[in-house]
Amino acid sequence: MPKDSGIGASSKRREDVRFLTGAGNYTDDINVAGQAYVYFLRSDIAHGRITGLDTSAAEAMPGVVKVFTGKDFEGVGGMPCGWEVTDKHGAPMQEPAHPILAQGKVRHVGDPIAAVVADSLEQARDAAEAIDLEIEELPAVIDMKAAAQEGAVLVHDDLKNNICYDWQLGETDDAKVNEVFAGAAHVTTLDLVNNRLVANPMEPRVAVGEYKRGTDEYTLYTTSQNPHVIRLLMCAFVLGLPEHKVRVVAPDVGGGFGTKIFHYAEEAFCTFAAKACNRPVKWTSSRSEAFMSDAHGRDHVSTIELALDADNNFIGLRTNTYANLGAYLSTFSSSVPTWLHGTLMAGNYKTPVVQVNVRAMFTNTVPVDAYRGAGRPEATFQLERVVDKAARELGVDPIALRRQNFITQFPYDTPVALTYDTGDYNGTMDKLEAAADLAGFAARRAASEAKGKLRGLGINCYIEACGIAPSNIVGMLGARAGLYDAATVRVNATGSISVMVGAHSHGQGHETAFPQVVADMIGIDESMVEIVHGDTSKIPFGMGTYGSRSLAVCGSAMVKATEKVIDKAKKIAAHLLEASEADIELKDGQFSVAGTDKSVAWGDVTLTAYVPHNFPLEVEPGLEETAFYDPANFTFPSGAYACEVELDPETGQVTIEAFTAADDFGNIVNPMIVDGQVHGGIGQGIGQALLENCAYDENGQLLSASFMDYAMPRADDVPFYGVDHSSQTPCTHNPLGVKGCGEAGAIGSPPAVVNAVLDAMNSGGKAVDHIDMPVSPSRVWAAMNS
Amino acid sequence: MKVSMTVNGRLVEGDVEGRTLLSGFLRDQLSLTGTHVGCDTAQCGACVVHVDGVAVKSCNMLALEADGAEVGTIEGQAHADGSLSVIQQAFQDHHGLQCGFCTPGMVMSAAALLKDNPRPTEAEVRKYLEGNLCRCTGYHNIVKAIMAASGQDVSHIAAE
Repeated sequence: MPKDSGIGASSKRREDVRFLTGAGNYTDDINVAGQAYVYFLRSDIAHGRITGLDTSAAEAMPGVVKVFTGKDFEGVGGMPCGWEVTDKHGAPMQEPAHPILAQGKVRHVGDPIAAVVADSLEQARDAAEAIDLEIEELPAVIDMKAAAQEGAVLVHDDLKNNICYDWQLGETDDAKVNEVFAGAAHVTTLDLVNNRLVANPMEPRVAVGEYKRGTDEYTLYTTSQNPHVIRLLMCAFVLGLPEHKVRVVAPDVGGGFGTKIFHYAEEAFCTFAAKACNRPVKWTSSRSEAFMSDAHGRDHVSTIELALDADNNFIGLRTNTYANLGAYLSTFSSSVPTWLHGTLMAGNYKTPVVQVNVRAMFTNTVPVDAYRGAGRPEATFQLERVVDKAARELGVDPIALRRQNFITQFPYDTPVALTYDTGDYNGTMDKLEAAADLAGFAARRAASEAKGKLRGLGINCYIEACGIAPSNIVGMLGARAGLYDAATVRVNATGSISVMVGAHSHGQGHETAFPQVVADMIGIDESMVEIVHGDTSKIPFGMGTYGSRSLAVCGSAMVKATEKVIDKAKKIAAHLLEASEADIELKDGQFSVAGTDKSVAWGDVTLTAYVPHNFPLEVEPGLEETAFYDPANFTFPSGAYACEVELDPETGQVTIEAFTAADDFGNIVNPMIVDGQVHGGIGQGIGQALLENCAYDENGQLLSASFMDYAMPRADDVPFYGVDHSSQTPCTHNPLGVKGCGEAGAIGSPPAVVNAVLDAMNSGGKAVDHIDMPVSPSRVWAAMNS
Repeated sequence: MKVSMTVNGRLVEGDVEGRTLLSGFLRDQLSLTGTHVGCDTAQCGACVVHVDGVAVKSCNMLALEADGAEVGTIEGQAHADGSLSVIQQAFQDHHGLQCGFCTPGMVMSAAALLKDNPRPTEAEVRKYLEGNLCRCTGYHNIVKAIMAASGQDVSHIAAE
């Protein structure tokens, strides 16, 4: 029987009621009395030198409060990067300045040049058109490999070249790797592209800056996954403001998928301008503006080689990747192609020798940073595509080849720096084979063929690394922040509980799932527990929500704080029951003395904590505890996915006929929410595989800058998904045994789709061994007719 | 310019520019912020409202064009006692929303669909939602919720 409350129950989401009735409170719903509006004049060319910038006509336009240019920010810090990568020769990465408004040069379409603050948005926009801007257009460098060439146009004049870093992980001895490949019975090589994507949460970014002269205090309302991180970066590195005078609030956040982790120039601008104008300043991104100012995702070009022995055991893996970082370093962009990508290249397999090489490039494009999965989808796509290609070349079953090479003993130290604590890859594959009815595939293929269609089955596995930690290790790897989290459990006198958490939901249902844990631990109704998040003035501290970390890291802090609360409450209960603390048990909201019928209710103990008339002298009044939690390791969710496609050989049209996910997320708090996370991830993965592509022309013009041009998955592009989460090996090092589920779908699904398309094409007698994403009808048709 | 219309059964008046969009009028002048704006090319559908009973993208209509019209927004969808409508309840029951930003438009579109087609097939629901983008759910639970709201048995559809 499914549980109806607490850990393991599919409790309905309490936040839904406000979202369903139009009562949500998103940042754009916030209007501060007297606010002015900012419009950013952005570069419409990819690379140029500003030779003239006259704002006098704009300043004279109706309603204009002030016009800002780069000059206003000459004494202000630039946007910081939160991760210093060291290259394979021991040198730090090249780290160019990233100004709030352009300083002399523009480096991508969308680079902000000036900002007009006016009484209304329309007035600001009208005035921006009156800015007299002269730009000397320079040649742009867009292609990553071209950017790496000697003599390439420099994105940053003060850097020696366009290479941010040349990084390596795994086996450092090239001769040893060469020897493995020379001795292999078979080597499979694959060149592939991981297409550039735009995260496109449905809520565009918004920032409202407010300054109170009387108290010298700032408030920034912003669409952020991590308000404390924004406050820290903005205060310490950009504007030089005292942290205790700055409050950052992220109210309801309408999706993020990574793109709302980063500290953006518009946030710092609105905070700065609020004081400079002595008025609140609001910025709301249009969707077109989002396409050229939100950090993009993916954009890797790779060559991967897999060496196998005569028995089809994987004996070596080598990858060479070019990663596009865009024109500037975004907050965590340097970490994505390196520590979030290279470390995952072992996948689910016991390949003894792995070498990962990554060259990260500056180009005249929008900065690229973490997008759902962040490095792990790029690793998984390479690995699972090359394994599939190897199976086809060797004429062996792709599932059998995978099973033969699975890691089966845990803990397992990979050759690329990780220690997997748990997993059961064969068990999860067994679940997939049953859930996807793979035994029935031949009949389904025959039925498709009877109507003139080709049917393909694509299988792949994935390994995930969530809740990146511990802080001392990530610090050694270059992180400029800790990756712990915090929670305060505040019990009120009447027994209800407010939990202030550093994680911040942007659709994941924390307001429902987190109380399930606390209520379960105490044995009270979930409705007695409320989550407070998204406001630096209300929560102790928090690193926020990304990397599928919320429950594994912040949830663990919440468990630790709740344990402290229970320990203290037991002392009070022991006093009230005139018993020894060691004999007190807590069950179903009742403290009882073991072996007796003496008990006292949760509410009586909490009331006593705040009305301490009859109270143990050695205990402080009140009932509130805080815990910070720094995990001992990552968590390692894993899974196996199956996709079935139907392909029309006449048109190249591919339709997804079935998609099945078998995941191992360890223990699960709310199965309904977990399933929803997987659905959404698969939807985005199918989008990457079949539809989405952020395209530039050779001059750096962004060709896909609206929903008219960028193909977002729509309801009729996707099927119902099958999900099975019954394969559960709990995480060994966090108190809930949870692993994280937010990114799995986006990591595991693109290779499944592409493998299925290739299977369909090959079943039609066409020997095609690779096709790039997005797998558009024109690409399929071309491949079928080449 | 003066404009007046009935919004969720209440007569309202306002002063707008010729270029003021209906979405802007609802959000900025009437503080009905449940109608969301997610794009600028009439693609995403977060701003869908009903104008004289027809589902309309309110970012693609001038406020003046709605002069004299009956307008329904997400704020008017719940029952008079505050309880959720059948469609809203189905979205909660079947986890048809995550971040909630597309949700008002989804609910308004679903209401318009079910008015015209009380028992749509899965394919009909998916086709009808072409003008409503959701980035969180992969559409699975939205389609399921709408079919459930139409009184169809959805227990055979996978997942919670």
